[in-house]
Amino acid sequence: MNNGRKIFGVSALFNKPDDIINAAKIVAGKGYTEWDVNTPYPVHGMDDAMKIKPSKLGFVTLFFGLCGTAFALLLMWYTLSVDYPLVIGGKPFFALPAFIPVTFELTVLFATISTIIAMLIFFFGLPRNNHPLHNTDYMKKVSLDHFGIVIEAADPKFDEYKINELLKSLNPVSTAVIYEKEKVRYPIFEPKFITFLILIAVVVSFGTYLTLNKLMYITPFSWMDEQEKITPQSKSEFFSDERGMRLPVEGTVARGFIPYPFMGVEIPDKYLSNPFIPTEENLTLGKKKFLTFCSPCHGNFGNGDGRLRGQFPNPPSLHSTRIRNFEDGRIYHVMTNGKNVMPSYASQITRDERWAIVNYVRVLQRAENASDSDIEKIQ
Amino acid sequence: MSQTEVTYQKKELPAKLNKIGLILLAVGVALGVLGFFVDHTRAIFNYLLAYTFLISIGVGALFLVTLEYVTNADWSVPFRRIVEIFAGIIPFLAILVIPLLFNMHDLFHWSQKEVLATDKVLAGKAPYLNVPFFIIRVFGFIGIWFLFYFFLFRNSLKQDKTGNQNLTTINIRISAIFIPVFAITLSLTATDWLMSIEPHWFSTIFGVYYFSGTVIAALAAVTLAVVLLREHGYFDKRITNDHLYSLGALMFAFVNFWGYIAFSQFMLIWYADLPEETSWFIQRWAGNWAIFSILLIIIQFLVPYIALLSQPSKMNPKRLKFVAIWLLFAHLYDLFWIVIPSMPGMEKGYIFSWIDFVFPIAIVGVVILIFNMLAKRVNLMPIGDPKIKRGLDFHL
Repeated sequence: MNNGRKIFGVSALFNKPDDIINAAKIVAGKGYTEWDVNTPYPVHGMDDAMKIKPSKLGFVTLFFGLCGTAFALLLMWYTLSVDYPLVIGGKPFFALPAFIPVTFELTVLFATISTIIAMLIFFFGLPRNNHPLHNTDYMKKVSLDHFGIVIEAADPKFDEYKINELLKSLNPVSTAVIYEKEKVRYPIFEPKFITFLILIAVVVSFGTYLTLNKLMYITPFSWMDEQEKITPQSKSEFFSDERGMRLPVEGTVARGFIPYPFMGVEIPDKYLSNPFIPTEENLTLGKKKFLTFCSPCHGNFGNGDGRLRGQFPNPPSLHSTRIRNFEDGRIYHVMTNGKNVMPSYASQITRDERWAIVNYVRVLQRAENASDSDIEKIQ
Repeated sequence: MSQTEVTYQKKELPAKLNKIGLILLAVGVALGVLGFFVDHTRAIFNYLLAYTFLISIGVGALFLVTLEYVTNADWSVPFRRIVEIFAGIIPFLAILVIPLLFNMHDLFHWSQKEVLATDKVLAGKAPYLNVPFFIIRVFGFIGIWFLFYFFLFRNSLKQDKTGNQNLTTINIRISAIFIPVFAITLSLTATDWLMSIEPHWFSTIFGVYYFSGTVIAALAAVTLAVVLLREHGYFDKRITNDHLYSLGALMFAFVNFWGYIAFSQFMLIWYADLPEETSWFIQRWAGNWAIFSILLIIIQFLVPYIALLSQPSKMNPKRLKFVAIWLLFAHLYDLFWIVIPSMPGMEKGYIFSWIDFVFPIAIVGVVILIFNMLAKRVNLMPIGDPKIKRGLDFHL
């Protein structure tokens, strides 16, 4: 009769929710442990009737939720107030009120994802992708309009005959023995299952792509694309000169700007004096800027042997007696104003950086023309 | 499930309840009057917070009744009468408001003519914030609430005798009208009584903030009454822990809602950092008020949140009793935190006075007296309601 197949359990179907609660109470009272009830919708009072203990899943949720809280706070504390402190909206670096929404979101995210993973692994037994009850007539009925109960063969008190008698005494619509299907060794690698996973991946990817790249740009969702504001290059219908970009008010001075009095003068009658002392910090800055802006033509050491040899007229060496006798202010003037083919670097190198370069040039000149006393000092 | 008949036998409430209520009220009123002569302003501000607390319980309870009708809930039917009795505070609000109206000049400086002459902002708000319109609003709102309470309660009592199912339908219609009316009247009540103490300050979410506290207070009062009455056998025995779970879950939900709204109000004002909005919170951070502000988060949110988090705790009558009393206190503390820092003389921090403890005694007395008075006259369960059997058979 059983064709050599293994019995999974004995099932009974009922018509009314009251009957299934009654059946659950009796089966629980007989001391069976491996059994379950399947209903088309949640039946109130079933937990009590089956004597089910409250699920432990809540503790997983609580633990990982708290992990999420801690992670969010640590993340924002480290990134925003330790590693890379930024003033945002004049708020303190550790601005707790602003962190609360993020903390809340991460708490919920950690809690939900961990709950789902815990449910899949511990409660569904993840490598298993199917249940023996699936794809049986019993399952088809209990997901439609019947209420079913199954006592599994795994129960230590399992006895097919006795259980059949017990279930029949409860006035069911029908009872049946459910057989297990042949076991597949690695259910995860079943072609059907793999196809199903691939299908989900394709649908999700396509859906995400469609939402993020297409749907977001269809009119009702793309409000942020079309804004009332006027961008710098666009035409303004408000101003009479029709320019979207406005000129600053006359006399506006950029923050930190100090005007240079000899701009455009070839050889002024006097020069500014150097406001910077050649400290190590200042010289490091000067070296960096010299190597970036000056060395292509003047060479790394100011010998006039830059990397652009041949493409531009060679600049003179910075170590000639004439240039060594220049005042600091004169070298600064050349950088600021330009000389012969050398253009002005005022817009590329800031004032302080130009003075730092001057100091660095002085170092190069001294190193190139070191006196015996200098060498003695080093030794 | 088993559709047995409702076996409700009316049991008289103990006579000492009336005595306790009277004693508490007498003590509260006597000390309150004494306080009024000792420190006029302090007493009237405390009276205001006591009065708003009564609005919370009364109107909040009426809201819970209508909520049950519009959502067609089953589980709360067996103790709807308790909620209706708490809503019976509403008619008394019209009497209790009188001392406040006679002392409006101490409470609201927008009501003083000299202030209006020099203060442009308040002069601009005068079309809304003026004494005659304020009094019209106060009595208008109490009148509106009373009308809804009167008809809902009358129909519910009539149903006890006749069992007429049409009365439920009529009450559902009344409730559906009440809910939007409630939203507007309660928001404006919060604006009038609480926000206008500091008339320069404004917060658009303030009405919702008060609403969240209102529902917490009403739910806590109902839960406390239900747990106590069930303990002493005044209900049908079939009111199980599953019913209590639903009450606990609602309280838990509204504790969260309060936290959400309170934090939203704070964060938006803190982030925008506009002087006309931050003044209110700066006042509540001045001196030792900062301790009160931090305590508010702990009392009104953290403690009840942790106490109600797990499922068994929402079913445990002892735990619920504790949380209900705690939440009633928390709402009172919330109102204290709203009202007292705005009192003149409190700019630098809280100054202790015995008057702050007097009025809560009177409130407990008033609520017990009103409850006892109404509970004597009516059944404690709506036995004629068509849904009561389903309500009693409620299981999670």
